Amino acid sequence: MSDPKLAASGLTGVEVHGMTRSAFILRGALAAGSVYGAATIGPFVGQALAMSGGDVDVVNFALTLEYLEADFYKKAQALGLSGTAMKLAKEFGDAESQHVDALTQTVKKLGGAPAKKPTFQFPIKDEQSFLMLAQTLEDTGVSAYNGAAPQIQSKEVLGAAGSIVQVEARHAAAIRLQRSQPPAPAAFDKTLQKPEVLKAVKPLIKA
Amino acid sequence: MAETRVQYEASGPSAIEDLARDPASRKRFLSMVGGAGGASAFALFLAACGSSRKKTTATTTSTTSAAKPGGGDLMIVNYALTLEYLETAFYKDVINSGLFKGAQLDTIKTFGDQEAQHVSALEAAVQKLGGTPAAKPKTKFPLKDANSVLQLAATVENLGAAAYLGQAGNIQSKEVLAAALSIHSVEARHASALNTLLGKDVQPDGAFAKPASMSEVLPKVKPFIVG
Repeated sequence: MSDPKLAASGLTGVEVHGMTRSAFILRGALAAGSVYGAATIGPFVGQALAMSGGDVDVVNFALTLEYLEADFYKKAQALGLSGTAMKLAKEFGDAESQHVDALTQTVKKLGGAPAKKPTFQFPIKDEQSFLMLAQTLEDTGVSAYNGAAPQIQSKEVLGAAGSIVQVEARHAAAIRLQRSQPPAPAAFDKTLQKPEVLKAVKPLIKA
Repeated sequence: MAETRVQYEASGPSAIEDLARDPASRKRFLSMVGGAGGASAFALFLAACGSSRKKTTATTTSTTSAAKPGGGDLMIVNYALTLEYLETAFYKDVINSGLFKGAQLDTIKTFGDQEAQHVSALEAAVQKLGGTPAAKPKTKFPLKDANSVLQLAATVENLGAAAYLGQAGNIQSKEVLAAALSIHSVEARHASALNTLLGKDVQPDGAFAKPASMSEVLPKVKPFIVG
């Protein structure tokens, strides 16, 4: 019953607990930004920032994040990942694609037009950089859903968002364990508002 | 949204209505959430939720909700508090059992500490809503060996995550909803970590986590409540 991942997570716990979650996520975003520098604000970002209220907007915001995650895991699978990392990339990538489909349908049912899929660029070149960015993206995804959910009007849409965010949190914890990080770095997951999330993912959007 | 609506109603208010009609379940639940105060909150909760089946309840709903908004939230928060009491007691017993040491013990301590923080936050939320926090139940858990304890931990955490998800759509206050969500995803993280440790699927429901209603959750935790 000894698990080296959990063993290491116990050891690294103190260090990570000393950093606030926002600082952690921000650091991840800054790291991504510093690697790829050119942070062009894609048309979608401007559009998203101009949005105001309504479940269609919230769901389209979530859809954009799911496009990003689905594309990320797809590209990661071309990196030559090892057994466990590849298994996670495939399984999680498949889940994110299902989220994309479900949210696309939800936007249509709400009478809206689904957001277009942006073109993404990810600073990943090997398993380590993949897992690091995966952790940032999944943690940010959890905070983004948790921040947006209270604005949702429809009980059905809220239920759908809840069932997705739980899966994002499960992904985040599993990726964290794979990196020997504490799976739950705090007792309460931080919430992020849309502008903060868009700022964090901006470096990953090419157009 | 027709299909989704059916799904969430099946696991939401209608399940609670079922609970209300079942005297045994109701008594059990009320003893968990705290006697007479719980009873009135429970009635308010039902009223606040309204009924998808009977239009005659519509008037009652608006009247009662206006009389005391937050009654439904109070019930839900006390329900969540009861589950958190249970989880906190569980991890405390596991720590004291001596079955774990080293890094695994550290992880268990971390999870237990986070559950205790959830208890404090939910107690404060109940008071903020003008209610009385549910009484802490007396609990007893089967702690035989490390493996079965980890299995039980995974069961409890997966159930906890499903229980929060089952209530999200019933919460009226945005503030309470935000708090519940920030706890919900941490329960999911715990569940995922324990599933990983046990070699189980981290997303056992697939891409979409399934909610559990009160009437689904309560019978599963009942065996651990001794008074």
